Parts: sequence; structure tokens; C-alpha cells
Amino acid sequence: MKKEFKFLYFAPYLLWLLLFVIAPVALIFYYSFFNVNHQFTLNNYITFFTSGTYLTMTANSVWFAFLITAMTLLISYPMAYFITKLKYRNLWILLVILPTWINLLLKAYAFIGLFSHNGLVNQIFNFFGIPAQQLLFTNTSFILVAAYIQIPFMVLPIYNSLLEINPSLVQASKDLGATSWQTFKKIIIPLSIPGIKSGVQIVFIPSLSLFMLSRLIGGNKIITLGTAVEEHFLTTMNWGMGSTIGVVLIISMFIVTILTHTSKKRRVAK
Amino acid sequence: MNKPIVELKNVYKKFNDTTILNNINLKLEAGQFYTLLGPSGSGKTTILRTIAGFNDVTSGEVLFQGKKINSIPPHQRNMNTVFQNYALFPNMNVYENVAFGLRIHKVPEAEIKQRVQEVLHLVQLDNYGDREISELSGGQQQRVAIARAVINQPKVLLLDEPLSALDAKLRKDMQYQLRSLQQRLGITFLFVTHDQEEALAMSDVIFVMNDGKILQQGSPVDIYDEPINHFVAHFIGESNIIPGKMISDFHVEFLGHTFECSDAGIPANESVEVVIRPEDLVIVPVDQGKIKVKVSTQLFRGDYYEIIAFDQQDNEWLIHSTKPTIDDSIIGLTFEPDDMHIMRYNEDEHNFNQRLESYEE
Ligand SMILES: Nc1ncnc2c1ncn2[C@@H]1O[C@H](COP(=O)(O)OP(=O)(O)OP(=O)(O)O)[C@@H](O)[C@H]1O
Ligand SMILES: [Mg+2]
Repeated sequence: MKKEFKFLYFAPYLLWLLLFVIAPVALIFYYSFFNVNHQFTLNNYITFFTSGTYLTMTANSVWFAFLITAMTLLISYPMAYFITKLKYRNLWILLVILPTWINLLLKAYAFIGLFSHNGLVNQIFNFFGIPAQQLLFTNTSFILVAAYIQIPFMVLPIYNSLLEINPSLVQASKDLGATSWQTFKKIIIPLSIPGIKSGVQIVFIPSLSLFMLSRLIGGNKIITLGTAVEEHFLTTMNWGMGSTIGVVLIISMFIVTILTHTSKKRRVAK
Repeated sequence: MNKPIVELKNVYKKFNDTTILNNINLKLEAGQFYTLLGPSGSGKTTILRTIAGFNDVTSGEVLFQGKKINSIPPHQRNMNTVFQNYALFPNMNVYENVAFGLRIHKVPEAEIKQRVQEVLHLVQLDNYGDREISELSGGQQQRVAIARAVINQPKVLLLDEPLSALDAKLRKDMQYQLRSLQQRLGITFLFVTHDQEEALAMSDVIFVMNDGKILQQGSPVDIYDEPINHFVAHFIGESNIIPGKMISDFHVEFLGHTFECSDAGIPANESVEVVIRPEDLVIVPVDQGKIKVKVSTQLFRGDYYEIIAFDQQDNEWLIHSTKPTIDDSIIGLTFEPDDMHIMRYNEDEHNFNQRLESYEE
């Protein structure tokens, strides 16, 4: 009786997992073994790992994802830290999260407006006597906008792990003679590593495949894996190759997760 | 008299209009064991934080070796704290926790190693350096916290209820260890507790606090034998407090009789309170007793019986006796003049001490 009840309780979640997580992943795996003519083949994988195009694309994606993640972390950590010090920190953190409620496409178009030749940024530049710059369709603007979009996802876990630090640890550190900066380096950063790790996980993977932004803001100069997936599914109709890239992305996600996994190892005194 | 190491002069602390510390004056001398004793919320932690530098004062002076340190930040004060919940760094093992203060002060590695071993030995945790904090018991964590705090060789160690999380037996054990540690190191301890037995057992000097004020300070024996007022008498040990009237020097009246006592300097006919400790009451046959009481209940406490009785005016009497009596019987109680202590209403500590000095040799 009790067991059945428990099963009923979990059933919706299991169904959801099956339909929206397991089935799609299985389908991607399945399609990745077929060519355009629906014949079974390993060629998709062979192509991927031997062709210079795909490998450059992968390297590009990883490099840009790394830059975006680093940029996001650089902005988010101090931001999260200062918000924990504020009086109305719940309100501030809400303000940080607020932009995630707005559609990604809308935000992208907003940036196009800001960065365009006659956009606000160039108008401000003009005001200070700086000639109009090509801002849109540059790598810098792509990284900046991507970082902007990812900030809330980085701030939130870091903010939470900072809040979890017992304030008496900070006092103990100062009591033992540490300055605020030493306390920050030796106590606060190490204790907020779990938050940094989950922030990196959440930001790095989607950054590998930001095809919409690389097209709208980056001007499709950098072809990332995400763009390639989109092209294969919608333009060349090579679903097999698209799925293969998908599989590569899924596997790299696992690798990142494993690499950033907190392993509790014992330290040995010197 | 030695020059004090730490001194608080007329210290007030207010949080949004509520006064948390109300004119605190205290002096700590080198090498003594001091205790701040008071109920929860009386301001003990606030005093400690004021001395350590985590609180600023609303007014008044904090002095260290005669110099005003009000605006010196905590990390520049030559004092260390053992926090109420130990506050050990979870990202470091025992060795690194203890070494923290030395690392900050850029002490050479070889010296760090030697000094960490020394203090770990001092707190009897010789082979625990490699342990993670989460792998320690409460008592061990407490000792790591002490080791970490004494490694910088502070002039003053501030301890905020360091034993409150321990069970009764370990707690007793740690009381001895702390006291002997303090004597070996020879540094000043300011220890916070709300446990009066702990305070009596460990301290050279106790400050009894209530509501942000220091009510009385003195040696455990002084405070136990001569509490300044009702609150202190009640808070330190158990006591019988009976309203009475001063007749003349060395004579007090209560329960309709005049008794010889050992207190003086109080105007005749002033209303007073008389304190008699339960262990000073001796049970005798009714006709030999100075007063008569009717036994109500008695409890066996192991090494003594705790007897509750009532006199004819319905005052409750607590008696500690090695022998049981009979429930509901009338018994006589006797006591010596020295066993009585007379308290005036609203006498401040200064006047109290002066009065005591005026007739005690
Ligand atoms: N930051 C603060 N803001 C407002 N009030 C405070 C603050 N810190 C302490 N208080 C108040 O000051 C009073 C004294 O607090 P304190 O912590 O010194 O008490 P304590 O004697 O250490 O008590 P306990 O035995 O419970 O630890 C309490 O009434 C407390 O509510
Ligand atoms: Mg306290």
C-alpha cells in the first residue's frame, strides 16, 4: 500500500524525465549513427574528429565558452560579495535575477539597438568626441552580451555560498591577525568554491552553444558548435551530423561536471 | 597593585536606543583568571566583543596597557578570542587552523611546525594535526579553538562560553584543564559563562552582570559570602533571603526576634534583607532552635538532603543536611552570627565595599 503510494507520487516526475530528458538524449544518440540517406554509419563521428572544420569549431566554442565564463565570474563574484553586505540584499538579488524573466531574443535585440552604428553607446561616444565605432558583430560584443546574459546564473550560487559562511569565521580570522584582504583570500574565497563551481557548470555548458547570440551579436563570424547544430538541423538537413555534435556537447558537459565536482580529499599536514 | 592590562572606563553601548552596556568599568590585571557571569542577554558577549574590537562603544574608553584602543581594529589588538561556537575554519585541517595566526604573521615554516606541535601538546591533541574539523568531537574542537587562540601568545585570552556545548562530565574535566592551562601560560583569561558553579570553581575574580551592568565584582568567596543584593545572592548559589530590620550595629530583627549578626554600618530601623546559605543551617530539636519551621518536602541529592520548609510567616527555607528529617514535622534551625549576611536595598558597589571595609579588619 505504502509502496504503491510512493510510486504514484513519483510517477509524474519519472514520466517527465522519460519524455523530456531520457527520450531526447536517446534520440540524439540514435540519429548520430545515421547519414543523410538514413543508413547506419559511424562516418559522422569519423568526420567530426578528423575534419579540421569541426575541430576548429570545437576549439572555438570551448575558447569562447571559457572567455564568457571567465568574464561572467569576474563580474559576478564581486557583485555577489557586495550584495551579501547590503542591507536590503534580498531586494538586490531579486533585481539581479529579474532580467532572466525577459526573453533571450528580446535582450539580444535590445543590445543590437544599443550597439548599432547610431545606437546609444555610439551616441555617448560622440558626446565625448570619440568617433562612432563598429561595436556590433565583434567578438568583444559577443562575449560582453553573453556574459551579461549569464550573470544571474553565476551570481545566484555564489551569493548563496557566501551567505552560508558563518560570520564568526570572518571574525575569528581577523581576531587571529588577518586583515580584511587576507581573510578574503584565505577564508571567504575557499569557502565559496562550491558556489563558484556550480556557477561555472551552469554557465560554461550553455555558452558552448549560444548560436542565437553568435549570430545576432557576433555576426556569425565565429561559428560555434551551437551554430553548427542549428545549420545541420534547419539548413542542410543533415540530422545525423547535427546529432553527433549534440552528443559531443553532452559528453563535454559530463566532463565539465566531473572536473568541477567537489571531491572531499584529506589534507596532510606539512 | 599591578597596572591593568585591559581597562574599560564608563563604557556605554546602545543599539537603537536600547542600552546594552550601562556604564561598565572593569580592570583586568596580568595573569589572572576573570569571569563574566550573568544571565542570558545581560551583555557578556558584548563586553568581550568590545574588548576584542568587534563592537565600537557608544561612549567610554577601552584601554590596553594604559593606551586607548577604541579605534584599533581587531587584527591589531594583542588579544585572541575563543568563540562561543569555536568558529574553526572548515576549509583547513587541525594543523592549518592552529597555524593560521602564525602564517598571517609570516613566521618561518620550521618555527610554525614547532610551535603548532607545542600548543597541540598543550591541549593534548598531539597526533591530531591531520584531522579534518568535521572529524573531531565537541571537546576536541574546543581544544583546537584554544590552541589556535593561544599560539599567537596573546596577552589576554577572551573565552565566550567555551564549555557550554559540552556534556556535564567533559565540562568538569575541561574546567580543570582550562584553569591549569591558564596557570601554566600565565596570561590573563576573561571567561564568559552563565553557569555560576563554573565561575566559582575557576575564577580569581568574578564580575556578576545583569541588564548591562556589573553588579558586583570580587573573589568567588567574597561574592558567595557577601552578595551585594538579592539578584547576586540568588544567582550565585542557593540562598534563603528573608526580609528583616536593622536594630543596631551587629543586631538584626526578623521573624519577630532579634539576632546577633556580623554586619554594621546600616542606620537603625532600616529595612534590610538577610541571607543565610542552606548549608549553614543546622537542624536541631525545636526547643534549641533559633527559629522553628515546618518541613514540607525533602529530596535526596546524593551527598546531602535538600529540605524545603516554611516558617510561621510562610517564608520558604532551603536546608542542606546530611541527615533526613521527617516530613511535616516541626524542626528547629540554628545558625551562627557569621552565617548571616545583611543586604541593604539599592546599595551600590562602591558604598557596599566602603561599608564592609569600615568594620571588617
Ligand atoms: N547587533 C545587535 N543589535 C541589537 N541588539 C543586540 C545586538 N547584539 C546584541 N544585542 C542585544 O544585546 C543584549 C546583550 O547581548 P549579549 O550577546 O551580550 O548577551 P550575553 O550576555 O552574551 O547572552 P548569552 O548568555 O545568551 O550569550 C541582548 O539583549 C541582545 O539582544
Ligand atoms: Mg553570549
